[in-house]
Amino acid sequence: MTNRVVNATGAALLALSGAAEAAYQWNLPTPVTRVAGEIYNLHLIMMGIILVIFVGVFGVMFYSIYAHRKSVGHQAENFHENITVEIIWAIIPFLILIAVAWPATKSILNLKDTASPDITIKATGYQWKWGYDYLKGEGEGISFLSNLSTPQDQITGNAPKGEHYLLEVDNPMVVPVGKKVRVLLTSNDVIHAWMVPAFGVKQDAIPGFVRDSWFRADKVGIYRGQCAELCGKDHGFMPIVVEVLPAEKYTAWVGEQRKKIAAAADDPNRKWNLADLKARGEKVYAANCVACHQANGQGVKGTFPALDGSRLANGPRGRHIEIVLNGKRGTAMAAFGKQLSDTDIAAVITFTRNNWGNRTGEVIQPSEIRSARK
Amino acid sequence: MSAVIDSGHAHDEQAHGPYGGIMRWVTTTNHKDIGTLYLWFSFTMFLVGGVLALAIRAELFRPGLQFWHPEFFNQLTTMHGLIMVFGAIMPAFVGFANWQVPMMIGAPDMAFARLNNWSFWMLPVAATLLVGSFFVPGGATAAGWTIYAPLSTQMGPGMDLAIFALHIMGASSIMGSINIITTILNMRAPGMTLIRMPLFVWTWLITAYLLIAVMPVLAGAITMLLTDRHFGTSFFNAAGGGDPVMFQHIFWFFGHPEVYIMILPGFGIISQVIPAFSRKPLFGYSSMVYATASIAVLSFIVWAHHMFTVGMPTAGILFFMYATVLIAVPTGVKVFNWLTTMWRGSMSFETPMLFAVGFIFVFTMGGFTGLILAIMPIDIQLQDTYYVVAHFHYVLVAGSLFSLFAGFYFWVPKWTGRMYDEKLGKWHFWLSMIFFNVTFFPMHFLGLAGMPRRIPDYALQFAGFNEIASIGAFGFGLSQILFLWIALKVTVLGQGERAGQRPWDGADTLEWTHLPSPAPYHSFHEQPVLG
Amino acid sequence: MSDRAQHYYVPRPSHWMIFGSVGLFCMATGAASWLNGWEPGRYIVLAGLAILAFMMARWFGDVIRESEGGKYGRWEDVSFRWGMSWFIFSEVMFFAAFFGALYYARLLAVPDLGSIDNKLLWPDFAAQWPTAGPVFKDPFTPMAAWGIPALNTLLLLSSGVTVTLAHWALKEGKRAQLALFMLFTVVLGVTFLCFQAYEYGHAYSDLNLKLSTGVYGSTFFMLTGFHGFHVTLGTIMLTVILARCLAGHFRPENHFAFEAVAWYWHFVDVVWLGLFVFVYWL
Ligand code: HEA
Ligand code: HEA
Ligand code: HEC
Ligand code: CUA
Ligand SMILES: [Cu+2]
Repeated sequence: MTNRVVNATGAALLALSGAAEAAYQWNLPTPVTRVAGEIYNLHLIMMGIILVIFVGVFGVMFYSIYAHRKSVGHQAENFHENITVEIIWAIIPFLILIAVAWPATKSILNLKDTASPDITIKATGYQWKWGYDYLKGEGEGISFLSNLSTPQDQITGNAPKGEHYLLEVDNPMVVPVGKKVRVLLTSNDVIHAWMVPAFGVKQDAIPGFVRDSWFRADKVGIYRGQCAELCGKDHGFMPIVVEVLPAEKYTAWVGEQRKKIAAAADDPNRKWNLADLKARGEKVYAANCVACHQANGQGVKGTFPALDGSRLANGPRGRHIEIVLNGKRGTAMAAFGKQLSDTDIAAVITFTRNNWGNRTGEVIQPSEIRSARK
Repeated sequence: MSAVIDSGHAHDEQAHGPYGGIMRWVTTTNHKDIGTLYLWFSFTMFLVGGVLALAIRAELFRPGLQFWHPEFFNQLTTMHGLIMVFGAIMPAFVGFANWQVPMMIGAPDMAFARLNNWSFWMLPVAATLLVGSFFVPGGATAAGWTIYAPLSTQMGPGMDLAIFALHIMGASSIMGSINIITTILNMRAPGMTLIRMPLFVWTWLITAYLLIAVMPVLAGAITMLLTDRHFGTSFFNAAGGGDPVMFQHIFWFFGHPEVYIMILPGFGIISQVIPAFSRKPLFGYSSMVYATASIAVLSFIVWAHHMFTVGMPTAGILFFMYATVLIAVPTGVKVFNWLTTMWRGSMSFETPMLFAVGFIFVFTMGGFTGLILAIMPIDIQLQDTYYVVAHFHYVLVAGSLFSLFAGFYFWVPKWTGRMYDEKLGKWHFWLSMIFFNVTFFPMHFLGLAGMPRRIPDYALQFAGFNEIASIGAFGFGLSQILFLWIALKVTVLGQGERAGQRPWDGADTLEWTHLPSPAPYHSFHEQPVLG
Repeated sequence: MSDRAQHYYVPRPSHWMIFGSVGLFCMATGAASWLNGWEPGRYIVLAGLAILAFMMARWFGDVIRESEGGKYGRWEDVSFRWGMSWFIFSEVMFFAAFFGALYYARLLAVPDLGSIDNKLLWPDFAAQWPTAGPVFKDPFTPMAAWGIPALNTLLLLSSGVTVTLAHWALKEGKRAQLALFMLFTVVLGVTFLCFQAYEYGHAYSDLNLKLSTGVYGSTFFMLTGFHGFHVTLGTIMLTVILARCLAGHFRPENHFAFEAVAWYWHFVDVVWLGLFVFVYWL
């Protein structure tokens, strides 16, 4: 018993000291793509130029402050115009700017060039998770959601924070090393942004539009980023993790995913009983709905309605199915029809209608959802 | 008999004094009274916005959620931005314009005195709506001060209150600007030609043009937002053929000129203070005017540098990048002219000069980071990170706010007839300067390391710098309490040495050369004629 | 500025502006609660409007009294001219935002939605104008240019002419003509508004064209709606001027209020031409 406590504290301390060491990062992360490398260098060049100007300008200023003070008896001169120097110091910055615009332009042309990718992946922003669909290239057809996996206890401070606190997910995006990956970005609700600093990628995901970006990772490893556009309550809690694998391992991963998909496929005509469906619905609820409607079904007063005791969740099922499938325009309530399967939607609705104080006793079968979709 | 009536008439309409008590302030048509109202109002809003900032910094002191729910944190960030921009900085500059413009051009008052009153009295209404929105169901808007659609269409009633508050503040700014433009164009003393106007007046003239050009555009944007929210329009909704990015274009068409609205009058103040304390005329007066005008003109064609990551076509990116970096040229001209004004002067460093020199030093750093952000590939890494937060606090706090402090210390002897407490003033400067940098310098590193802005909780690698920033923020906040005390002492309590007509020997604009301290309630009823 | 020795008229403290602020406060809080489902909010909005109207009436009443009382000379007159010009400029920028939205939607957003990349999201959306977007499938008919809108163009253009004729009459001291042409102008304005109202009714009931008809409906109704709102304001202002003409106000050499309203009316006119070309015609 005491041993376990000691171990746990030790581990926590270790984690903390590790955190403290890593706590000061002074520059951009080490680049692992060509684009990120170019950006890294551009930033260095700019810093160089700026430092030189800074030292020059403020050298002059502080010298003047030192030498031309009234208290040391310096007498003011009276000059106040000199067209020549004024033109010179307008032109010099101009030339400097042209000099940096050139490499910047080259790098822009490069980073906007999304043509001829090896793999195309669609990333969809949801409040507050990412969905990945492998559209083309090796792995085509794979599709999954990627949720924050940091436990709530760590966030509220009831458990020590792990090494990758807030930067860890259940299902990372997986790509092969050295291949050009084109990422198509879109969103299901509000604007999000897909950012992975080590790749030099940041692209907004605009609902209703498709935008793209690309990267070719040179090094195997796990790279982390976060959503970089304010997207509501849990904007700070939708990380991005990309795992770059060697080619063979990637192929193996694809095979594994394929198997998983096959195993997880539901028989759409299966008749479920209440207990099974509710158990499944609880999981779906935990993954998709708790963020807003909360685990106790009470929602957040004024922002997210309670489902416990909700008139809709206890009334005719048609309206209930309708709002979960299609969402409600102009509110945070998203259309889950696009994200979840018939079975999952049937499950979560059954769960909602038979949990907390809700006791309708109804079982909503997947077939009902299927027909409601039309 | 008729003589009696005549003098009664003159008393009635021209030499009238104010009402007594509170009604003096409610009904006043006097530019000095209205200036005072603006200044106190904006300082109050600064304290409110500052308290929100401290609430943000308290949460960010450590990783993990300590004090606030994430939703409420977003409300804090949003309202901090809105209140500081629209409640603190902009009205403060209008307050300076009210006090100073008529005195500096030798006018009896503003051109439209009653309109002037209304421009001010709209602001408390808007402020009440904004602050009150914290208490409606769902709380204040949490969509960021940029209120991007479609996140802002998801918000509750707090968003509507914010929209109406912005409408009202916009109307106030437009009316105020029309007043300032008219005053400057029509009420100058004989002989005060445009190219003899003090630079503060010039910068305000140009700022006022920016305001009437862009505030209506903001009004349009938020009106579309309102109809998207409540009346089923689809301006920003792809399902109906609209585009969320369209909101950003319209917003930033307003928003970028807006940031220059918040700095140009500051440039004007600095251009008065530096020559006064260098005891030397401003270097390059006309190039200062041209530079200000160029900044204003350029500000209309750079807006999409805030949108480098939305996925614009390459040509658009290049255009906006080139146009943006160009602004460094006229701004550089200003910086160099200030330095040359100081060069071989006979400088002394009372508080206004300290803040002015501090301004040049720190604002330029903010300008440099702006330039780095303008290089689009670098912005890919930095957009929506704390680097941006660092950039704009360098230009807004160390820029706009420090210039306001400089202006306050510079002119308060003229306003009250008393000198502020010089020793405390110097303390205020040094504490502000140091804590400012402690607060915001580390944010550059956070941004480079990839910490997104507008998050209530962060990964462990960001912990160190956040801790420093939070400590700095509380220090900076306390230093502003000192300012409150200095200001109360010299204005309300009336303490401090009596100030002569011209306490700064290098100051040479009309308010110093022609008016006693404190300036009389009605000044320049007879316009001075300048030779 | 013939005589610089004169004193600029600085009005004494006034009670009216604070009413305006109270009115705005009522309107904003009322509207916010009404929009969010609290019906009585509308009465607060109405009360706010009434307070605002009261403020305007009293304030402008003061101005008119001062003007007729000879308090304003050339110097003040120039101020009014600058003030009105820049106010109209700010109005132009307000409309520019909506024209910008129309331009952006037509030339950028809609083609983008129909582009190759977006086939992923909207496989069968064909970019064309007018459109209600990829989701709203309700068929609708766009507003034709050469019916009522063309007639309305004619109406507004002729009202521009009648104001000018009234102005000439005023300058020549022909009071009867002045009143007559002002009356014509007001009548033309009102007729325009009636046609516009009829057109809206027609759009809703026959064309299935609504405010919620995607981006076409949004831009159509917002642009024409704000214009119509400005015509309404203009007509009210013209009516006040007409009343003042009848009351014997204005002198041939000094009648800025008249000119201000005429400028405003011309501005409304020009905006309409923009609308006619870009919203109805092209
Ligand atoms: C007072 C306000 C103010 C001012 C003056 C500026 C000035 C500038 N800003 Fe800043 N900016 C903001 C307020 C301001 N900004 C705000 C509030 C935001 C964030 C909004 C939000 O998203 O919430 C922002 C964001 C912002 C961005 C977007 C960042 C992002 O979101 O990704 C960019 C990108 O280009 C930018 C650039 C610039 C540039 C180039 C200048 C230039 O004007 C600076 C010019 C000055 C200098 C360069 C220094 C002096 C010059 C010399 C000494 C000459 C020699 C110099 C060289 C040749 C290098 N700003
Ligand atoms: C316009 C001017 C302006 C000013 C003056 C400030 C001032 C400050 N701001 Fe700024 N800020 C913005 C404009 C401004 N800000 C904008 C536009 C945003 C973007 C919003 C958005 O993302 O939408 C922003 C965002 C922003 C963030 C990012 C939030 C986020 O992304 O989640 C942070 C974080 O540290 C911050 C901190 C501060 C601090 C510490 C100050 C300090 O300088 C404040 C100091 C003042 C006081 C503290 C008040 C005085 C003290 C008291 C009343 C007594 C109480 C004090 C104590 C007990 C110590 N601000
Ligand atoms: C992003 C936040 C969010 C998420 C995630 C979310 N909802 Fe909602 N939900 C809302 C909001 C906001 C409303 C209120 C809409 C309105 O104003 O009518 C709502 C309304 C509802 C209602 C109607 C409640 C009533 O009484 O009117 C139901 C049922 C519902 N949601 C079910 C779900 C289910 C099931 C899930 C998960 C699959 C889910 N929601 C996920 C935000 C969310
Ligand atoms: Cu998603 Cu921020
Ligand atoms: Cu900008």
